Amino acid sequence: MSTVIERGGARNETLGFNGRGVLAIYRFEMARFRRTLWQSLATPVITTALYFVVFGSAIGSRMGTIDGVTYGAFIVPGLIMLSVLTESLSNASFGIHMPKFTGTIYEVLSAPISAFEIVLAYVGAAATKSVILGLVILATASLFVPVHVLHPVWMVAYLLLVAAAFSLAGFIIGVWAKGFEELQFVPMLVVTPLTFLGGAFYSIDMLPEPWHTVSLFNPIVYIVSGFRWSFYGTADVGVGVSLAALLVFFLVALALVWWIFRTGYRLKS
Amino acid sequence: MSDRMALAARQPLDAAPAPAPIISISGLTKTYASGLTALKDVSLEIRRGEIFALLGPNGAGKTTLISIVCGLVTPSTGTVLVDGHDIVREYRAARACIGLVPQELHTDMFETVWDTVSFSRSLFGLARDPAYIEEVLKSLSLWEKRKDKIMTLSGGMKRRVLIAKALAHEPKVLFLDEPTAGVDVELRRDMWALVRRLRESGVTIILTTHYIDEAEEMADRIGVIRKGQLIVVEEKTQLMKTLGKKQLTVHLQAPLAAIPAALGDWKLVLNNGGTELEYTFDANEEHMTVPALLRRIVDLGIEFKDLNTRQSTLEEIFVNLVSERR
Repeated sequence: MSTVIERGGARNETLGFNGRGVLAIYRFEMARFRRTLWQSLATPVITTALYFVVFGSAIGSRMGTIDGVTYGAFIVPGLIMLSVLTESLSNASFGIHMPKFTGTIYEVLSAPISAFEIVLAYVGAAATKSVILGLVILATASLFVPVHVLHPVWMVAYLLLVAAAFSLAGFIIGVWAKGFEELQFVPMLVVTPLTFLGGAFYSIDMLPEPWHTVSLFNPIVYIVSGFRWSFYGTADVGVGVSLAALLVFFLVALALVWWIFRTGYRLKS
Repeated sequence: MSDRMALAARQPLDAAPAPAPIISISGLTKTYASGLTALKDVSLEIRRGEIFALLGPNGAGKTTLISIVCGLVTPSTGTVLVDGHDIVREYRAARACIGLVPQELHTDMFETVWDTVSFSRSLFGLARDPAYIEEVLKSLSLWEKRKDKIMTLSGGMKRRVLIAKALAHEPKVLFLDEPTAGVDVELRRDMWALVRRLRESGVTIILTTHYIDEAEEMADRIGVIRKGQLIVVEEKTQLMKTLGKKQLTVHLQAPLAAIPAALGDWKLVLNNGGTELEYTFDANEEHMTVPALLRRIVDLGIEFKDLNTRQSTLEEIFVNLVSERR
């Protein structure tokens, strides 16, 4: 860390990277997560358990295997992605929207901290929460069905990349939103339906035409497919295509965040 | 104020006989996307260690000016240097010098006083320093409240928390945007005392206020801004001397029907049924002096029983300044 501001009048203003500032925001966001730990973790865990009771046991027991994987195990990656996507969006959007709403954003914007560092702190905290949540859901799922991760390193890397990309998107939503209704709009009315229709609970190969082709225009298909490949080695689309789609999404989100800070869009007058 | 809190700005004061200004604003203009021009070619220098009061009616551009210096609003044109650092190109170094206490009570309601003040210090890139935070909290009478959540504090205490947050990174310049808006008289007096202590420790203070008596009480220099233009920047005492007016009232023993022609050289007004002669003059009056007037009154055989004088308040000067340019 190259942060050097000496106390008192003899400040050495050679701040290359305000690591303490980044950590301060990160810790603040994680403290909020800890304060609401019960709601943050209990809700998705209970929801996941319900999914397994309904889809895994009640319906799944009457279904055959998909690509050699039992239905209960097949839906695990999709369920994790469903939670990670929505929680990444919600955490990051709330994280930046709340200080905007309460007015405390003034302190961050007037501090010697760069746009990159601000994003790193907020998005890093949101992504951390989502990854923790994803791992908790994985642990919960393993209580109901035998879960086998074929490519654990890929699984973790992919989880981190998805969490970071959607946290970036959440940051954009948080800056864009003028109120809490808009904050909920994208996660609830865009991402959740797309995830349900994106192969979270089925293989898109099971869809008849033209729905199979239509599904290929749903970006979530690529995200869920790539993540499922890390578990079972099978995918709806090529894993390289999935990774490329995710990277494009990440870079577009990054470019939008860069534009926000360059123009001060809804942050500065 | 402790020695530690004094360190940030004292050194330059002692170093040179005519130190460079702590803030230099040059040709600053701000036009918002709506087309509203909030600042028009504002140039201003703030001296190290002074208390500068920025006065102006609502919407004059005070908060826009402060917000630009602090990095919250992007200027349209012009440059701002804080302790020699450009606020755009060297924004880190410039912002590290500044503490901002906003007008509104923007605080994280669920945080404790200690945590939120410590957060502010870290945000500005400084290492944790519990001893210094303790000093700040004690100086603001917040020590007993350090474990309390901000949501449980009174409005006045929340205002103190905002000041503590602004001081947490040992700034050289402290901006106070309407620091006593909506606070009771006692707290207002406390706030004034605090500002004085901060100034004594070497911190440069820039405050905006609607309370003219506040500026009169505390400021070394005064700037008046109106419709985005800085119309006056002057030492407070000089401002009151040059723009202020004095008034002499002579209470007569017997009423006069009219002002005698022999007193025509003085601009006199007859009040209160002819029992009071009122003479308004400026502080620089050299010829039509009060002693000369009184001698002439005596010479004319007009008897008086009492005299009193009063000087214009800063509020009257401010009202005159603003209304003159309407």
